[in-house]
Amino acid sequence: MSGDHHNTDESGPAARVKALEAILTEKGMLDPAALDAIVDAYETRVGPRNGARVVAKAWTDPEYRKRLLADATAAVGELGFAGPEGGHLVAVENTDGVHNLVVCTLCSCYPWPVLGLPPVWYKSFAYRSRAVSDPRGVLKDFGTELGAEVEIRVWDSSAEIRYLVIPQRPKGTDAMSEDELAAIVTRDSMVGVEKIAPLARPGAKRARA
Amino acid sequence: MNGVHDMGGMDGFGPVVREQNEPVFHADWERRVYAIVGAGMRAAQINIDEFRHAVERIPPSQYIASSYYERWLSAAETLLVERGVVTREELLAKHDGSPESVRALVATGVRAIGPAPIKEKPGAKPPRARFAKSDQVRARNLNPTGHTRLPRYVRGKRGVIARDWGVFFFPDTNAHHAGTKPQHCYSVRFEARELWGKSAQSRERVLVDLWEDYLEPSDTNSKPKTRKSVTTKRKK
Repeated sequence: MSGDHHNTDESGPAARVKALEAILTEKGMLDPAALDAIVDAYETRVGPRNGARVVAKAWTDPEYRKRLLADATAAVGELGFAGPEGGHLVAVENTDGVHNLVVCTLCSCYPWPVLGLPPVWYKSFAYRSRAVSDPRGVLKDFGTELGAEVEIRVWDSSAEIRYLVIPQRPKGTDAMSEDELAAIVTRDSMVGVEKIAPLARPGAKRARA
Repeated sequence: MNGVHDMGGMDGFGPVVREQNEPVFHADWERRVYAIVGAGMRAAQINIDEFRHAVERIPPSQYIASSYYERWLSAAETLLVERGVVTREELLAKHDGSPESVRALVATGVRAIGPAPIKEKPGAKPPRARFAKSDQVRARNLNPTGHTRLPRYVRGKRGVIARDWGVFFFPDTNAHHAGTKPQHCYSVRFEARELWGKSAQSRERVLVDLWEDYLEPSDTNSKPKTRKSVTTKRKK
């Protein structure tokens, strides 16, 4: 779809960015090294592995789960995760009866400190438009089917609150450690577009990170 | 503004397609845009609301045809020129790109919006909340031509206050340096059927975070004065 494409030919936006960076650097407003540090943080440290650690801890530590549901910003901060788009975090928990789904219809607000930068599908016009009016249809696009008895709560991130979905812990994972659990928590389950499938063989590698 | 960015409830964009093994950035210029916006907007004292509004001001056809980081780039250029941090001539002079990219730059649609931001000290007294949990409210039918975070699909619709998130700057004024107007922001729960009609599923709800100025008591609160006395009877 339009808007989801990537201009990788390095002619249009690439040249504009170069010009902008050169001028701002000349004016002393930007330090190229600081820019490199920002990029490096989001490519190597700030990503969905952080959120997965939060979820795994909530699954294994009932007291932490309580703190996370009561004040996610503080509970996430306990694990050392904080930063832009993370000042007002809220955790919402999926259960047998309730399924939560997060969207930003007006732009693409996303909980950066726990999930990193949003994937293209989250920023796509298809997702932004239909998640609020046809959530079950959108979930089907992800291969996620929910029973008619399950209540769906769609959270439109229209203000400064950023949402993290705590997916349901899959069956067959009772013997797994917190670290092992963190490895099976997917990014998309923490946005609410997929469930984590029951583990047939504990320790088996998942196709998707 | 009633722009193309306000997409909730639109049709026709097709299925959501997930990219496998997606990288954080798809090109080096996306990395630079992300970092320049992150660092440069702060250096130029451009607040998040005016940045969002600069994205919204991209002409609709260009908005639709641009990728996410292209929109960020256009917004950054627009704001930095408006703020007087850089000039259009400087950008074009530095530009060693193709005629096509120069045209894209010129088409960004820059206009002057005046002086740098007025810094406002946060109020000592946080404003009182007009609404409480479980209150019936209606999203006002507002159609401002400037920035707003009141999506079209909830305007005029009835909902229930689910939570009070506390006090936040009001984006509609903050984006235009017309004051921060701090006020309560609430999680408002709307039934899918209220938003989309009877054909919608009964077990679907949409929760939208709305500032107090976007809300009014719903008609169903026929006797606002008795609100306190009936609070205890309401289901939590």
